Amino acid sequence: MGGTGYALEARGVVKIFGNHVALDAVDFGLRAGEVHALLGENGAGKSTLIKILTGAYQPDGGEVLVDGQPVSLDTPQQAQALGIGTVYQEVNLLPNRSVAENLFLGHQPTWFGLTDRRKMERDSRAILKRYGLDIDPASELGAHSVAVQQIVAIARAVELSGKVLILDEPTASLDRNEVERLFEIIRDLKAHGLAIVFITHFLEQVFAVSDYVTVLRNGRLIDTRKLDDVTRTDVVRLMLGKDIAFSGATGLADARPTGEVLLDFTNFGRKRSVHPFNLTIHKGEVIGVAGLLGSGRTEMARIMFGADAADEGEVKIAGKPTSISRPTDAIAHGFGFCPEDRKAEGIFGDLSVRENIIIALQGKLGWFSALTRDEQMEIAGKFGEAMDIRAASLDMPVKLLSGGNQQKVILSRWLATDPAFLILDEPTRGIDVGAHAEIVRTINRLRDEGLALVVISSEIDEVVAYSSRIVVMRDRELVAELSGENISPGVIVQAIANHREGTPT
Amino acid sequence: MTMRRALSRMANPQLLALVGVLLINWILFPNFFRITWQDGRLFGSVIDVLNRGAPVAILAIGMVGVIATKGVDLSVGAVMAVAGAVAATLVVAGYPAPVAVVAALLVGLLCGLWNGFLVAVLDIQPIVATLVLMVAGRGIAQLITEGFIVTFNDPLLVFIGTGSLLGLPMATVIAIAMLVLVTLLVRKTAIGLFIEAVGVNRAAATLAGIRSRMLLMLVYGLSGLCAAVAGLIVAGDIRGADANNAGLWLELDAILAVVIGGTSLLGGRFSVPLAVVGALIIQAMNTGILVSGFPPEFNLIVKAALIFLVLIIQSPLATRVVVVKRPVREAGK
Repeated sequence: MGGTGYALEARGVVKIFGNHVALDAVDFGLRAGEVHALLGENGAGKSTLIKILTGAYQPDGGEVLVDGQPVSLDTPQQAQALGIGTVYQEVNLLPNRSVAENLFLGHQPTWFGLTDRRKMERDSRAILKRYGLDIDPASELGAHSVAVQQIVAIARAVELSGKVLILDEPTASLDRNEVERLFEIIRDLKAHGLAIVFITHFLEQVFAVSDYVTVLRNGRLIDTRKLDDVTRTDVVRLMLGKDIAFSGATGLADARPTGEVLLDFTNFGRKRSVHPFNLTIHKGEVIGVAGLLGSGRTEMARIMFGADAADEGEVKIAGKPTSISRPTDAIAHGFGFCPEDRKAEGIFGDLSVRENIIIALQGKLGWFSALTRDEQMEIAGKFGEAMDIRAASLDMPVKLLSGGNQQKVILSRWLATDPAFLILDEPTRGIDVGAHAEIVRTINRLRDEGLALVVISSEIDEVVAYSSRIVVMRDRELVAELSGENISPGVIVQAIANHREGTPT
Repeated sequence: MTMRRALSRMANPQLLALVGVLLINWILFPNFFRITWQDGRLFGSVIDVLNRGAPVAILAIGMVGVIATKGVDLSVGAVMAVAGAVAATLVVAGYPAPVAVVAALLVGLLCGLWNGFLVAVLDIQPIVATLVLMVAGRGIAQLITEGFIVTFNDPLLVFIGTGSLLGLPMATVIAIAMLVLVTLLVRKTAIGLFIEAVGVNRAAATLAGIRSRMLLMLVYGLSGLCAAVAGLIVAGDIRGADANNAGLWLELDAILAVVIGGTSLLGGRFSVPLAVVGALIIQAMNTGILVSGFPPEFNLIVKAALIFLVLIIQSPLATRVVVVKRPVREAGK
């Protein structure tokens, strides 16, 4: 056919895993010189579609067309040869090789069979200049920031392919300035006629650089729209299939009825990890922890839970001095902890959803009071349902679930232990809008049920919305405790920025 | 329903492989399945497989837990020699046989706990940690026996190695008993789940409140204990403790048995019964080569071919080419 003007097109693409339909007759078209955002909750089928477009998966139905010609992409190399390049969220280059080697790996300029290092570095310098990078091509890639590595990855993909560029959550680990820099490069590449697919979780970024947006939900194409014609609310509604109300950044200014004191940390700290801090936590309150990455937020959570033992200070639980030197001590007192790095410290990828949910309860019961299979099914079913975990079966390995559902599994794991105190470290990072809403809802529900919670989050608006009090961390030190009307983004940002100037305590 | 479930459980690759090896043996040696009753016990090639395979099967019962935690125990062969040396030296010195047996088992347990200490508390990589005792264990055994093969005629020790109970060789009876005990220990308690959890993600297991150190001490201790039992059987069989040769290279057979049994060296899911089936497959090949008149040198090559086959079957390529339907453990509908 041709004539559609699409540089890259998927027509009626179907992908089936076992008896799960991952993509159901999805159409997707991408023109040269446009940025096309691909949106959907985790598990909507974005990654599957990308893997088909880049030759990593073969479709079970439908076809892929490049410049209007049907092609069969059996390997990522074929896709690359046809001009389709991809940059993933985690930079997958070689950090211990030079920038130039990373740019040219696999097709180095040669001189009688030997790598022509000088030419390679000269060419690299020219390429990097076009991306506004003034770095030494001979320097080790790993020595540069993630943002620079990301740009090198983009440069490599564009140099190798040059027609279509697929960016899979490229901004996930970048700060605001770095994101802006990346967007300039995207706009520049667009002006040079590249067709770009942009995948992200951040709606404002979609609106900042994209021309079109395509929304997938549960493996189906929901709609493709020109961005000028839609609002943020429209897009969210397309993604969720329902209306959700965004709460503004208003704190719980009313003096919440605070329950009795549950925990009292005095001069609690650990050398080289977090300075001694004082914190009193009541039943039925959420303590929000704000602070930049590396400010000691996670370290604070870890010593509270005994994951690292505190080496000074003391903790009283309901008035009684207690020692918490191991997670098992903390759990015995009704603590629970959802760590920041879900994959490395949270989930048991090869174990089933059921086992992942009951494991902490079983740990509490000990080696010899094993839950029977039926009891496990009942517990996992109950909490899975309460948290709206979307899994085909409770017996499927948890690693097959999306990030949001995995986070719900870990939260369910602690709820099953009937906790009194939960520590959540970045519970909403990197998960889709629906799971995000579910987790925020759960935090509010648990607070109303009388649990004490400590929630660490980089999303200031979010912390403001559910916290009864907020503590601010800076340079491994608790620098401010905010309550009442001081719970506002402005005050928090100020406290993070400079703690010496009149921080209310 | 239960019948069908039982059948579908039987239809796993390990049992099919065992049946395959036995059938090949039968073709090469038509009398393979002939079993006779003589002097109050059973005789025949199949019984021989069960008898000769028992030491490796017992090692595999201990090894499978270690491997499921992402570890490995290279010391079991040496621990066999130590246990045999302890028992033999004690009975020769005039101690009662039960004392000698209990002492040998305790020494095996201690060896295992030492490995567990190195791995769990000092955080040494299992392959290096157990290598220490693999090397030192032979030396210790030689010191105990003062360099001689200590022979004995104690009826209890000889009974453990060569006796019979209910017509079955004693070694087989012991192996079956250990299989049942250990399977119950890991599956009727939460220990099995915790072993798998630690093997899949030790950091997450610790944060979820599993005492991973204690658990590691337990699995290595159990492995040492199993090695001591195997050491007693081997010593009783030859009526002597040979510090140089008892259990030599058997750690590798035990690891192979576990891997054939479907437990990944990367830790996680494991099955004690299938590890025992793995040990039986190895022994069935050994016996088959012996009875069908091939020179025993073939053993090593056939074993290598088997390892190769298992690796191919477990490789990602194979799972892509052949869609293997794994029996999902489903709840009754």
